Amino acid sequence: MTITKTITKTITKENFGSKAKFFKMETLLIGISLVYITLIIFLPALNVFTEAFKNGVVPFISNFSNQEFLSAIRLTLIIAFVCVPVNTVFGLCAAWAIARHKFPGRAFIISVIDLPFSISPVVAGLMIVLLYGRQGWFGEILEKINLKIVFATPGIILATAFITLPFVAREVIPVLEEMGREQEEAARTLGAKDWQIFWRVTLPNIRWGLLYGVILTNARAMGEFGAVAVVSGNIAGETQSLPLFVEQAYKQYQTQEAFSAAVLLGLLALVTLVAKTIVEQKTQIKDVE
Amino acid sequence: MTAVSSITKSRNKSNKLPWTWIITGGYLSFMLVIPVIALFLRASTTKTFWEIATSPTAISAYDVTFVTALIASLFNGVFGTLIAWVLVRYDFPFKKLVDAAIDLPFALPTSVAGLTLAAVYSPDGWMGKLLTPLGIRVSFTRLGVGIAMIFISLSFVVRTVQPVLQEMQKEVEESAWSLGASKSQTFVLVILPTLMPAILTGVALGFSRAVGEYGSTVIIASNVPFRDLIAPVLVFQRLESFDYAGAAVIGCVMLVISLIILFTINLLQAWGSKYDDN
Repeated sequence: MTITKTITKTITKENFGSKAKFFKMETLLIGISLVYITLIIFLPALNVFTEAFKNGVVPFISNFSNQEFLSAIRLTLIIAFVCVPVNTVFGLCAAWAIARHKFPGRAFIISVIDLPFSISPVVAGLMIVLLYGRQGWFGEILEKINLKIVFATPGIILATAFITLPFVAREVIPVLEEMGREQEEAARTLGAKDWQIFWRVTLPNIRWGLLYGVILTNARAMGEFGAVAVVSGNIAGETQSLPLFVEQAYKQYQTQEAFSAAVLLGLLALVTLVAKTIVEQKTQIKDVE
Repeated sequence: MTAVSSITKSRNKSNKLPWTWIITGGYLSFMLVIPVIALFLRASTTKTFWEIATSPTAISAYDVTFVTALIASLFNGVFGTLIAWVLVRYDFPFKKLVDAAIDLPFALPTSVAGLTLAAVYSPDGWMGKLLTPLGIRVSFTRLGVGIAMIFISLSFVVRTVQPVLQEMQKEVEESAWSLGASKSQTFVLVILPTLMPAILTGVALGFSRAVGEYGSTVIIASNVPFRDLIAPVLVFQRLESFDYAGAAVIGCVMLVISLIILFTINLLQAWGSKYDDN
């Protein structure tokens, strides 16, 4: 009787003790994480908005009468307008080819598609200069037909398309694989044509994965800096995208102007995060790249 | 007769390469294969390849880039794992917001990241005000490069560890406890080995991103050789002075290292998926 009592006592005591300790540990770990995230992420993010609006909204609004700023916005929109559809079509084709067929070297092709994630954006830009620049492989031909790629919009678009190439393919491949091909085959036996199968069967199944890829492509296309900086020549009002405008303004000690432009890109990031979170909740995908 | 001809027709059709493959192959060659070959050829036809690749400026740039990136990604390896643990296992206010914010470094354009980090750590910025009296300078130093690298590579470890932790069954830990293992023993001997492939994959992905990073680091650093000049900025500077050979050689060295890291990541992921099957 006494033995049982002591045992129960010690058990309750131990349980209680470890629970209190566990609680403390939990609070400590949460605390450290929150401090780290605050220092690394929240402070810098908040700083974009406070710096941009510390003198009120007037500097932000007056930026919109700056021709160079407006042209930077226009160029950024053009880049996204071309790169997003092109890489979406490519991503769908590549995902289809990879997810629907088994062939030797399949894993290798997936790694090749992932390559732009590992290559430094500056090296990506360098490769475009080496190909299409004046001294590059195609430099002479391009000069003859009077087509300027490097230090002009086509080069900027090429560089951005390179950087954003993997996103759609990467998000769609696993969704396609998971979906399986039974539904498509059923549609085919019922007499559906390739296009009908794609629009009516495949697309509805992969739509969230596709949308996720498109959101990531768009964010990166509008925000790319390194690769664009190499090929753009950074001519204000001509080949300067919004991220380049931010850097240029900062370098010329126009910090206020830099932050007024940066806040637009900050808003883009927020919209991207919200859209991402919504799609993630629909599908439970979670991916950094 | 019609049946036969329709069979031959369909056979012909299946012999033809599907157009999706043509687009995939064509686009990949145009966008990736030809540019990579161009870079390799340009670098390998440079007679002074080794002189440029091992010049003191280049060596110091590799040192700043790779050592700083390694420290930054290991730092995130520890804190990223902690954050993933906290997000999966505990509940606290604003957890969803914190979880979503982890992706911010990815969504925020790098030049904006560099700009705001430079401002936060400038002597009259929020953090700079606290650090300057202690004699710690961040902007225009290697420490600044490190902080920018920590910022841009934080998401990777969290996002690779999170799903593995979510799938890990609590029963495994509980059975370890009931067999008499202490909390710390359970963590070191049971949880950590299972998480290791994911942690290392995240560290390698973060390292790869930090090594190539240009936008945020170029803004926060002074970009002076032997001090805080990183390899991507060196490539950029060579290009700006029209030294294509120099840019190609150092770019080639970086490309080869990126390929090695990519290969390592693939190996790590294969290791991780072995755990899945068990």
